[in-house]
Amino acid sequence: MIAIADYGVGNLASVRKAFHAVGHDAELVRDPERLRAAGAIVLPGVGHFGHCSREFHRYQLGPAITDARERGVPLLGICVGMQLFFEGSEEADDAPGLGFIAGRVKKMRDVPRLPQIGWNEVRVRAAHPWLAAADDWYYFVHSYAAGPDADLVIGTVDYGGERAAIVGGAGLLGVQFHPEKSGAAGLRLLETFAEAVA
Amino acid sequence: MTLAKRVIPCLDVKDGRVVKGTRFVDLRDAGDPVELARRYDEQGADELCFLDITASAERRRTVVDLASRVADELFIPFTVGGGIRDADEAGEILRVGADKVALNSAAVRDPAVISAVAGRFGSQAMVLAIDARRVDGGWEVVIDGGRTPTGRDAVEWAKEGCARGAGEILLTSMETDGTKLGFDLALTDAVASAVGVPVIASGGASGPPDFVALFERTAADAGLAASIFHFAEATVGDVKAALAAAGVPVRPAEAFVRR
Repeated sequence: MIAIADYGVGNLASVRKAFHAVGHDAELVRDPERLRAAGAIVLPGVGHFGHCSREFHRYQLGPAITDARERGVPLLGICVGMQLFFEGSEEADDAPGLGFIAGRVKKMRDVPRLPQIGWNEVRVRAAHPWLAAADDWYYFVHSYAAGPDADLVIGTVDYGGERAAIVGGAGLLGVQFHPEKSGAAGLRLLETFAEAVA
Repeated sequence: MTLAKRVIPCLDVKDGRVVKGTRFVDLRDAGDPVELARRYDEQGADELCFLDITASAERRRTVVDLASRVADELFIPFTVGGGIRDADEAGEILRVGADKVALNSAAVRDPAVISAVAGRFGSQAMVLAIDARRVDGGWEVVIDGGRTPTGRDAVEWAKEGCARGAGEILLTSMETDGTKLGFDLALTDAVASAVGVPVIASGGASGPPDFVALFERTAADAGLAASIFHFAEATVGDVKAALAAAGVPVRPAEAFVRR
């Protein structure tokens, strides 16, 4: 079972609907004990890192996700969910991430506009078993991003310079963009993930 | 590559049905917003905008139903606007799968609603819609569908809206809206140069060349149009082909086909 960690943030319904559209059930799970039983976990997120971090910890999901990570349960982070894999973010210095990936997410500088809103082309630079290798267009909404040289960056996007768009390692994939809102390309990504972890 | 310029079809919806743009589609599904939206998705629309103009007391329910149905079927971003008054109502629409809400008159009457929506759901979900008309020395904000002048300067209002947390500006020129004279480039440029958030220009598009002019001559990030798409004067694909030929970055069309 794919569990979508439900800590009340915005894009939960869209993520579930997107999995459903490619033939996979995904369940919204708020109870940490039930989250521990999941076969794969999607960590969504949208909006302010501080708000997401606070809500995430208020629902006490941190230990369950960390435990899943240690047991090798597949994890997919989306947008702020992906940013939560890092140690933290400049957006909220007092709000901790999960620390699965070293370093912090930073405000994008020297960019035409903030937030970056819209479709941008992602360049995949390393293979990952849950990722079709091709470069593709995805929908981004964010003002903060990890640098292109952060640990585990396997895909980048050009917005006033290179930014991390995809992070990935064993048992872990994170995307800065919104696959649930990236049309056919995004659904393909979710489907590939769902089939790989099923 | 870099961030693509966006092409956004807009649908006016009343009581859950599209109220214009039905001339060239099958009678059978003529007024269904999801059907029309799907067509635009297939053509390569980058986002969709639904403007609800239902006047009845049922509006709140029909607009949430609409957002939910769209989110069931379409996997590109969409904005819902029209009559949204407060953060609670915005939340109902966002929770079922809309990505953004557009606030217009309510934000002018009570600017604190901008920060209320942005604070609860993030700036990225809070689109400030501004209708503007030309006056001596600038542009004035008008509300209630253009009926009520406000005395506010449109550029200043855009800046204030961003300071209060708006993540995007949807800017409609009352001069050009419905005229097919092209986007109001001067207004768009004035606002797009004054704010740091993305600006969506609206009003006046008659065809692909108007989109090319918009992106070549202003700093707008997106162009929105209704009638040229409804009446099949141009497809979204036509617009994007013209933009690509002019060297404007656009996303190639690729619709999701449910298997």
